[in-house]
Amino acid sequence: MTLSRALLHPAAKPVLFVLGLLPFAWLFYGALADRLGANPAEYLSRSTGDWTLRFLCLTLAVTPLRVVAGLPTLARFRRMLGLFTYFYVVLHFLAYSWFDQGFDLGEIGKDIAKRPFILVGFAGFVLLTPLAATSFNRAVKALGAKRWQALHKLVYAIAPLGILHFFWMRAAKNNFGEVAVYAAILAVLLGWRVREFLRKRQARPSPGTRRPSAG
Amino acid sequence: LQAVRSTIPGAVTMDKVTEFKDASSYNNYYEFGTDKGDPVEHAHTLKTSPWTVEIEGLVKKPGKYALEDLLKLSAQEERIYRLRCVEGWSMVIPWVGYSLAKLVEKVEPLGSAKFVEFVTLADPKQMPYVGSRVLDWPYVEGLRMDEAMHPLTLLTFGMYGEVLPNQNGAPVRVVVPWKYGFKSGKSIVKIRFVEQMPKTAWNKAAANEYGFYSNVNPNVDHPRWSQATERRIGEDGLFAKKRKTLMFNGYEPQVGQLYAGLDLKKNF
Repeated sequence: MTLSRALLHPAAKPVLFVLGLLPFAWLFYGALADRLGANPAEYLSRSTGDWTLRFLCLTLAVTPLRVVAGLPTLARFRRMLGLFTYFYVVLHFLAYSWFDQGFDLGEIGKDIAKRPFILVGFAGFVLLTPLAATSFNRAVKALGAKRWQALHKLVYAIAPLGILHFFWMRAAKNNFGEVAVYAAILAVLLGWRVREFLRKRQARPSPGTRRPSAG
Repeated sequence: LQAVRSTIPGAVTMDKVTEFKDASSYNNYYEFGTDKGDPVEHAHTLKTSPWTVEIEGLVKKPGKYALEDLLKLSAQEERIYRLRCVEGWSMVIPWVGYSLAKLVEKVEPLGSAKFVEFVTLADPKQMPYVGSRVLDWPYVEGLRMDEAMHPLTLLTFGMYGEVLPNQNGAPVRVVVPWKYGFKSGKSIVKIRFVEQMPKTAWNKAAANEYGFYSNVNPNVDHPRWSQATERRIGEDGLFAKKRKTLMFNGYEPQVGQLYAGLDLKKNF
């Protein structure tokens, strides 16, 4: 069975769904069984952040892979990957609000205003929310494909916010190894889109020659 | 490691002692990696014997002191100190050692010596992460002379009644309980007596975030972490509220007078 046929298999989506839940299952089990080390709260905050970035990379990898590897069927998985990104960022925000702030909304508000790296992370979370909220088919129809696409281009702003948030957090300890890895991956994925955009624009005859100006 | 319980004021906190497992597996020791779990995994390559500590600078009796001699210099005491990390977590650790002042008195600093600088081991052969660009190696820390002479400042050889595990700074380190943990240098190879304020490792890395003093202070926040509260490792459940951080980590009665008249917001 070829790869593209495997991707079309009816079990492919359920399998991806289960795979996406595995990190959550581990964290849930680890927290109950006290297997997350000396500082479980920190472990939960950090790993939900890590998994947000990982799913963000995977989501943004779908389109380039689809085109470069010639696997149009990959597109079927993009929504689920995007929703997993949101799932983990919600957990990340929940871990912060709960373990660090004790669900004290006033404190959370003050903290967001006070610490730039929290503000940037929070902004990414807020911007991701309308994308998750309009991920189902009816929302696409209601918005119209053009507007829906325009809205979902927000992800190009969200990805750098995520990296900046991670960078600033690690900057406190001068520890940039992992930040550089995620930044490089996202730079390639976003860079590919810039190149495609420029290529398409060049290939297209300029508007002036295509039709008379609106005058 | 034989020790008697210390009778110095403030030397034995009544807080519940952190489990050895947590204190020896959740460490910041960047020479062995930047993850908290790295030191326990990698520090077995550290060779702690033979070991000498070189005393240098403005003292009457400079020279190399073998670890065996340092161990015998004064009676070993057990001190149960709170440890507050700048990252917002804390532990309670029973250390074994004696007041650094005993060693300082023995080497007789000159009147011109105003600061003490601690230079820690930086051997890439034993420490896999030395050579990474995270910090400017070797890791250097420092204290003002009066801070170094304070009886709570501990020259430390052990914890939990045993010699120090490598990941906790074997074979000899300092512990300064009223300052953030990074002020307490591990695996010390040189102690220098100097006139100028030493350039310390984290201060060099980010002067606006890590001051020379780095006294525990709930009123002065780190840009990345609130310092008003802390999470006590192992003690509070996952969902327990964090505890309030105390001025000078609760050692204000003992050390507050060292900083009389000093603006602690500026001299953070």
